[in-house]
Amino acid sequence: MKQRRSYAQVLINAPYLLWAAIFILVPLFIVAYYAFTDASGAFTMANIKELANYKQTFWISIKYALIATAITFVIAYPFAYFMSKKSAAKQQMMMLLVMLPMWMNLLIRTYSWMNILERNGIINNLLGMMGLGPWKMIGTAGAVILGMVYNYLPYMILPIYTIMSKIDNSLLEAADDLGAHSFAKLRHIIWPLSLPGVISGIAMVFVPSISTFYISQKLGGGKIMLIGDTIERQIQTAYNYNLGAAISLVLMVFVLISMAVMNRFADDDGEGGGMIV
Amino acid sequence: MKKVLALMLICVMLLCCACGGEKVSVEDLELTGTYTKDLAGTTLNVFNWGEYISDGSEGSLDVNALFEELTGIKVNYTTYDSNEAMYGKMAGGAVAYDVIIPSDYMIARMIGEDMLQPIDISKIDNYGNIDPAYHGQYFDPEDQYSVPYTVGMVGLIYNTELVEEAPTSWSAMWDERYADDILTFNNPRDAFAIAQFLIGVSLNTTDLTEWDAAAAKLKEQAPLLQGRVMDEVFNKMEGGNAALAPYYAGDFLTMYDVNEDLAFVYPAEGTNIFVDSMCIPANAQNYEAALMYINFMLEKEIATAVAEYICYASPNLAVRNNPDYSLADSEVLYPAAEDMPHTEYFHDLDPAVRSYYEKLWEEILREFAQ
Repeated sequence: MKQRRSYAQVLINAPYLLWAAIFILVPLFIVAYYAFTDASGAFTMANIKELANYKQTFWISIKYALIATAITFVIAYPFAYFMSKKSAAKQQMMMLLVMLPMWMNLLIRTYSWMNILERNGIINNLLGMMGLGPWKMIGTAGAVILGMVYNYLPYMILPIYTIMSKIDNSLLEAADDLGAHSFAKLRHIIWPLSLPGVISGIAMVFVPSISTFYISQKLGGGKIMLIGDTIERQIQTAYNYNLGAAISLVLMVFVLISMAVMNRFADDDGEGGGMIV
Repeated sequence: MKKVLALMLICVMLLCCACGGEKVSVEDLELTGTYTKDLAGTTLNVFNWGEYISDGSEGSLDVNALFEELTGIKVNYTTYDSNEAMYGKMAGGAVAYDVIIPSDYMIARMIGEDMLQPIDISKIDNYGNIDPAYHGQYFDPEDQYSVPYTVGMVGLIYNTELVEEAPTSWSAMWDERYADDILTFNNPRDAFAIAQFLIGVSLNTTDLTEWDAAAAKLKEQAPLLQGRVMDEVFNKMEGGNAALAPYYAGDFLTMYDVNEDLAFVYPAEGTNIFVDSMCIPANAQNYEAALMYINFMLEKEIATAVAEYICYASPNLAVRNNPDYSLADSEVLYPAAEDMPHTEYFHDLDPAVRSYYEKLWEEILREFAQ
C-alpha cells in the first residue's frame, strides 16, 4: 500500500528530519570517528583495545544500574497500583507529589543529598541526638544507588501508573466473581496488562542510571567510578576525546542491546510496549 | 483595586532594586592611569576564571561596570573553570577574546604555541604597582606577555576538632588515624603534586619512574580517602565533615569565615605556587581596549576590591600598602619571609609525560573504585 507523499507532507517533515540529522546522526558519526582514530586523526584500534582495562568499571556501572532499577521497581509497582485505585482528586494530588521534586534541578537535588548523608549531615545529626552513629554514608555504593533511586523513581512510577489506570475494572470484578485470589488477579490480570508500562519504566530508569556521572561524583565522593565518570573525565580533563568516544560508543551499543532485549519481552505479550525505542 | 496594589508593589520592588546599596561611580575613584573614551561603543571580550573578580555582589565594587562607565567600552565577560577548558576553547579558534587570565604553565604553553601577543607595557601606567618579586617569572622571563593578577599557594586545611595534633607534613594525609576523614584533589596534577613533595621529587619531573613512585604513594593513600573533591571541599570542610583537605590559601579564608575550627598550614616538604596573569591572545580584536582594561585592573582601588572579594593573594603593591585592605596582615596569604614555604610552580609538561600520568591516574581510580 504505497502512498505518494504530497509536497506538503515532505515540507512538514523536513524540519524534524533536518533536526534529527544535525543533532542525532551527525554527532553519532563524530563519536564513531573519534573512537577509531588517534589524536592525529589516523585510524587505530588502540582505543577499543584500551577498553579491556575498563571491564571492572563497566561491570560496576551495570551492577549499580541493575540494583537501582530493581529497587525503583519494587517501590514504584505497588505505589502505582494503589495510586490508580484512588479517587480522581487523590490521584491528581499524588501525581503532583511524585512530580514535585522534579521541579527542582537534578544537580540541586543531588547536592542536597550530599548534605543529608555527610558525616555531619542531617541524618547523622539526628542519629547523634539519639546517641547513635555517626554512620558512614557518603562515599559509599549505597549512597550512589540511593541517589539513582531517588532521582529516577518518578520515571518508573509514571509509565506504570498510566498503564494501570487504563486497566478495565470489570476484568478485576470478573476475576472476583470467579473466585480468584488477590495473587491470582495480580498474576493473571494486572501483571500481564501492566507489563508494557513496566518495560518503559525499566528502560527510563536503567538508561540514565548506567550513564550517570554527577550522582556518583557527588554522593560517591569521587571514589566510585562509573562509565559516565570515566567518559566525563576523558573529555573534560584528560583531553583524550578518542578514548572517551570509544567508551561512549560501547555504552551506546550496550544500551541499544538491552533495549532490544526488553522490547522482545513486551512484543511477546502482544501489547507492543517499548515506548522508548 | 487589586491591580493598583500589585502595580504599587512592583514599583516599590523596582525602587528597592535600583537604590539597593550605595552605588560607587567612577568619579568616586582615585584613578592613576589615563583612560580615554576614544573606543566607546566597541566591545571587549574578557575570559576569566569563575568567581574571580569583584562583580558588585555582596556590596563589592562592580569592576566591569565601572570600566564600562569610564571608557564607554562594553565588557563582554565570560568565565571558565580550568586552564584546560579555557585552552580548549581558545585552541578551537571559534572565539576571539581580548583579555584572558591563565595560570603560569598554561601561559608557557600558549606562548610556545604563538597564541599570545606581547603587551605594550609603555601604555600601562600602573605596571609599577606589580611587586618586583613577580617580574621575570619562568613562564615569561622578559615580562612581555603577562601581567600578574593573583597569586596562590596550596596548603593543608585541617579541622582542629578532628585531628589529634596539628599536622606539619603532607604525611598527615597518609595517617591511618584519619582514615575516611581525608580529602584530596580530584585532578591528577594536584593530587600527584602532594605525593611528589612527600617522596621528594620535582612536580615537573620527566623521569617516568618518578611518576610511578608517586603513583605508588597515591595507591597507599587511596583506601584512607573519604573522597576526591574540587569545589565540594567548601561544603565538606565548612560542615566539619572531614578532617584534612589540601586546597588554596585564599579559599581557606572563605571557609574559615564559616567554620572557626579550621586551621591552615604550609607543610614542611613544600607546596605548589601559582600565578594567574592577564594576557592578550594573538587573535584579540580590540588590543587597545585590552591594554586599558589591564591598566584599570591594576588601579589601587580596583585591585583591592578584587583581592578582598576573591581572597587570593595580590601581586599588586598598591593593594598590599592600601590601609583599607583587610587581608594585608594575613599570614596565610602573605607568610613572613622566614615562614615562607619551599614552593614549586607547575611547568607545562610534554604530551608524552602528560598522557603517562593521566594513565597512572586512571589506574589509581579504577583500582580503588568500589
